[in-house]
Amino acid sequence: MGVSKEQVESTLRSKLSPSHIEVIDTSGGCGASFKVEIVSEQFEGKRLLDRHRMVNGALAEEMKDIHALSIAKALTPDQWNKQQQSQTSQPVA
Amino acid sequence: RIGCFAALSPELKTTLDKVVTSHKVIVFMKGTKDFPQCGFSNTVVSILKAVNVPFETVNILENEMLRQGLKEYSQWPTFPQLYIDGEFFGGCDITVDAYKSGELQEILEKASLS
Repeated sequence: MGVSKEQVESTLRSKLSPSHIEVIDTSGGCGASFKVEIVSEQFEGKRLLDRHRMVNGALAEEMKDIHALSIAKALTPDQWNKQQQSQTSQPVA
Repeated sequence: RIGCFAALSPELKTTLDKVVTSHKVIVFMKGTKDFPQCGFSNTVVSILKAVNVPFETVNILENEMLRQGLKEYSQWPTFPQLYIDGEFFGGCDITVDAYKSGELQEILEKASLS
């Protein structure tokens, strides 16, 4: 049995207490595959590799059944706010 | 056996130390650089080709012991795994991010000078 999007989301919520999280199921029928965007204060002062390790570590149990996990964003709340601002200041295409 | 981790034996660790340092840039991946067998592995290969550095690839689909050993050695649960100068750099997402920011090119330049 695979892992559900809800399960991935709730595990990450409980372990990394994110201020923003988005889990997208990207499995095209070949098994559990997810794309994750996560914003957490716990990433403060950590380089990207360590942030990804934190996400992988939080999902250690689920990783056994996850076919592919893409961590598209692992940001601190500050970085996230800056990104949001720069996106909204751009004209809508 | 401790918990769910099969201990990385000293012998296997020594072997992996040698393997990851056997080339300045080495990717452990699904398939080979000529025939990647997974989109994520293909992405890393494409980036390394784009930055035009010599690199080697190892097909972990052909070596189950290496595959399991590396997951523990790198503390990274998935493949591809990119090593630069014997040090784990990251998986696909990190490599893409570093390529876009120019950080990867900087690190590779340093690596070829050292």
